[in-house]
Amino acid sequence: MSKAINPPSPGATDPKIIRNFCIIAHIDHGKSTLADRMLQITGIVDPRHMRAQYLDRMDIERERGITIKSQAVRLPFVADDNETYVLNLIDTPGHVDFTYEVSRSLAACEGAILLVDAAQGIEAQTLANLYLALENNLTIIPVLNKIDLPAAQPEKYAAEIAHIIGCDPESVLKVSAKTGLGVEELLNEVVKQVPAPVGDPEAPARALIFDSVYDTYRGVVTYVRVIDGRIPERDRIKMMSTGETHETLEVGVISPDPVSSKAIGVGEVGYLITGVKDVRQSRVGDTVTLAAKPAQESLGGYRDPVPMVFSGLYPLDGSDYPELREALDKLKLNDAALVYEPETSVALGFGFRCGFLGLLHLEIVRERLEREFNLDLISTAPNVVYRVVMEDGKEIIVTNPSEFPGGKIAEVHEPMVRSTILTPSEFVGSIMELCQTRRGNLLGMDYLSEDRVEMRYTLPLAEIVFDFFDQLKSKTRGYASLDYEPTGEQSADLVKVDILLHGDPVDAFSAIVHRDKAYNYGVAMAAKLKDLIPRQQFEVPIQAAIGARVIARETIRAIRKDVLAKCYGGDISRKRKLLEKQKEGKKRMKMVGRVEVPQEAFIAALSTDDNAAKAKAK
Amino acid sequence: MRTLSAYVHIPFCASRCGYCDFNTYTAAELQRDGTSITAATYPDRVVSEINWLRNDKREDDRALSTVFFGGGTPTLIDAKELVRILQALKNEYGFTDDIEVTTEANPDSVTRQDLEILRTGGFTRISFGHQSSAANVLALLERTHRPGKTWEAISDARSAGFEHVSVDLIYGSPGETDADLAETLDQVSVADVDHVSAYSLIVEPGTRLAARVARGEIPNPSDDVAAHRYELIETRLRSLGLTWYEVSNWAKPGGECRHNIAYWRNQDWLGIGPGAHAHSAGTRSWNLKHPAAWAARVDEGVSATADLEVLELSDIKHEDIMLGLRLREGLSLSVLGESGLTQAELAVGEGLLDPESFKAGKAVLTFQGRLLADGLVARLWG
Repeated sequence: MSKAINPPSPGATDPKIIRNFCIIAHIDHGKSTLADRMLQITGIVDPRHMRAQYLDRMDIERERGITIKSQAVRLPFVADDNETYVLNLIDTPGHVDFTYEVSRSLAACEGAILLVDAAQGIEAQTLANLYLALENNLTIIPVLNKIDLPAAQPEKYAAEIAHIIGCDPESVLKVSAKTGLGVEELLNEVVKQVPAPVGDPEAPARALIFDSVYDTYRGVVTYVRVIDGRIPERDRIKMMSTGETHETLEVGVISPDPVSSKAIGVGEVGYLITGVKDVRQSRVGDTVTLAAKPAQESLGGYRDPVPMVFSGLYPLDGSDYPELREALDKLKLNDAALVYEPETSVALGFGFRCGFLGLLHLEIVRERLEREFNLDLISTAPNVVYRVVMEDGKEIIVTNPSEFPGGKIAEVHEPMVRSTILTPSEFVGSIMELCQTRRGNLLGMDYLSEDRVEMRYTLPLAEIVFDFFDQLKSKTRGYASLDYEPTGEQSADLVKVDILLHGDPVDAFSAIVHRDKAYNYGVAMAAKLKDLIPRQQFEVPIQAAIGARVIARETIRAIRKDVLAKCYGGDISRKRKLLEKQKEGKKRMKMVGRVEVPQEAFIAALSTDDNAAKAKAK
Repeated sequence: MRTLSAYVHIPFCASRCGYCDFNTYTAAELQRDGTSITAATYPDRVVSEINWLRNDKREDDRALSTVFFGGGTPTLIDAKELVRILQALKNEYGFTDDIEVTTEANPDSVTRQDLEILRTGGFTRISFGHQSSAANVLALLERTHRPGKTWEAISDARSAGFEHVSVDLIYGSPGETDADLAETLDQVSVADVDHVSAYSLIVEPGTRLAARVARGEIPNPSDDVAAHRYELIETRLRSLGLTWYEVSNWAKPGGECRHNIAYWRNQDWLGIGPGAHAHSAGTRSWNLKHPAAWAARVDEGVSATADLEVLELSDIKHEDIMLGLRLREGLSLSVLGESGLTQAELAVGEGLLDPESFKAGKAVLTFQGRLLADGLVARLWG
């Protein structure tokens, strides 16, 4: 094949030669590498400028090898029929927290490459996204990657994929994104199989926002797929969800750097810049139309992002609070799903209660705050949102255990998820056991192949937020994968467990748990704190309590001796410095009533590092 | 006017005890390090350093009020040589009329004859490193002496005319029982001593003991056990008429070690010998640590000081509090700042400071306070 000599211009491209597609894949299954190879094969990136994972913009993405924000790249491609086509590759986020963003990216496509590691087979998230793609009526092109690996089992996994999507195993393409083997054939298949977009060029303009990114210099860059009509530059556009209007200062396509054009036309994928500064003014899923001649109906499917998981973020050094606020304000410009409000904790001082789409979202935000803004943070154990109905009918939304009301509670509702677990069949028993202890309800299971099973459960989200991944991974030696999506709520017997130190409740350690697990939580937390809190001059009881009822107790015995025997040989300086160092350490202590608690104890007791590790491991 | 004392370090031991991190060397170690310094060649260097120090500060006309020979094992040096060193100090500085001269001694390495030479040569006080009477504890500490030897040496010291005799004890060693300590104290009770130092065993980094603890062969000494043993020691010694005058030191009236008190009162002292520390009006200095490096400087006729620290006013205040609080005579409340005073008041309420003394303007530790003095020091700093 050859590089397209005169690629068709944006805004003047016949929809017939356009193919809009995305790649559905699990992390590590080689999506970014495949995208890199496509950029090279179509010749739009000079080999000298090629770098690994070209399309992933943020450092974190490149380092973790995952793609957080989707992006679209326009690839002019001369196919086997010697015609020039315009392939728009829409990159999709690959994680459970970003299901909604995935669904909007899918809605911008007519086809999807289902990319599966030939050594590992399909994973739960991939399966979930595949179902989403099928719901969107996308043409699926199944592909096995990494066929050059010695551990690859292309026949086995081709059969599995064929079973899932109902195709002939022979039709599953086999590529190596790493070596480039089979990638050109794959692009030809995209041309052949993926339908060209169908839209009305004369109708009032309608474009779907599938991504929205804040850029320091340009303001918000909005990625759209034009469904009907065209979006010209220097025109007034209207956001159909809010009715807000903006002027398009620039429109264009990414190939793979931004190329501005007069317009983007029907069926095309491109970007627009209006000068707005906050991604909330240009929301994923919204429909863009022209203010002068607006469409009557939006494309539908728009949904406000709903935070599912909350955690308190506190600066380790209290004086960093203003910096944390500033950093969150900046991150928010680029993250429509991030919500936060100031919060004060007896134990941790001033901080923010932040809402996230899920655990990975939390971890990404936290990591960006620490890395890009150089902040040291403590995050409290993540919790979900509860709806508490009081006996008098009053309703309280609880995003922080400390808000959990006392008094007469009629019902507590918790968010539920519908989860899909893919596992080698040998682990089915252990997973059932795990899900049972996590209050799961088995919806059904299917054998994808002889030895791989898809299990479907409803589970309380709170149970997943609490070290479920870890348990799942350890019970299945890392082989099982998990995906879930919100599915309403259930009422449950939930209670708040408080931890009292020397009689004073420590807000940061309160947790809302199922009554059956309250005792375990209380015992575990009290024991943990006993080990972490240094002995004081007086005896310190640690109690776990539900309301006024103590359910667990540990005691930190009083310290009896701290004095060092002697200053050897008149080395007074050494002793003074030792005591001065100890005193410095004391400054970092937080006072809970009369009890001195080292910052490290809070961090260790609250550590979400496990969560971080498992989010990464996923 | 500060008094002037002298500390003479003797960096030799017959063998190294497992818990010890002091600046001391066996003959074999020194040989391995390729130095010609031995117990025999050492005294000449010490005398040279004394001469040098005196010449360096001709204007200081204070006579020495206390001298302390510590180690290592000072008695590994010939008794006549120790006397010669003492004589050099006397020639250069002069002694006050009530001069106190102490040497530490290993019960094993001192004969009756040595003791007579020392006493005649001007030593007034001797401190024996007994540590424990329990064989299992001595084995753990890797001490070589036979427990009974201490009591013979004490009796010999008295016969030789020593006015003050002290024993050093170590308590709280892993494996030590209350009965082990009681046996030690029983023996102390019938010995003719007017002073006892008792130190809880500290596992110092870099020692063989620390390595054994790290390997899990020996448990870490427990602070709770140490606190309990301290209580046993306090009770027993008090019944013998030995009263605490410093957190780790007990004496009969008049038996207090004035050299130690000079440290706690932040007086001035000369540091002589490798690694020895000195204090002079707010400047702390210390000598090069290895005997060979130290000796090379002395032989060159230059200062053997490795480094020095000029104390800031805040450092001085910190040290005054840290040192003064350890003494039974206590710390004048006027030394404390506002927040330190508030803490002192709280500490009275917590039972760490004596209320009567507090009313009289002094911070004096209670029994409980003595065990928790380090934490309190930091609080009184404010």
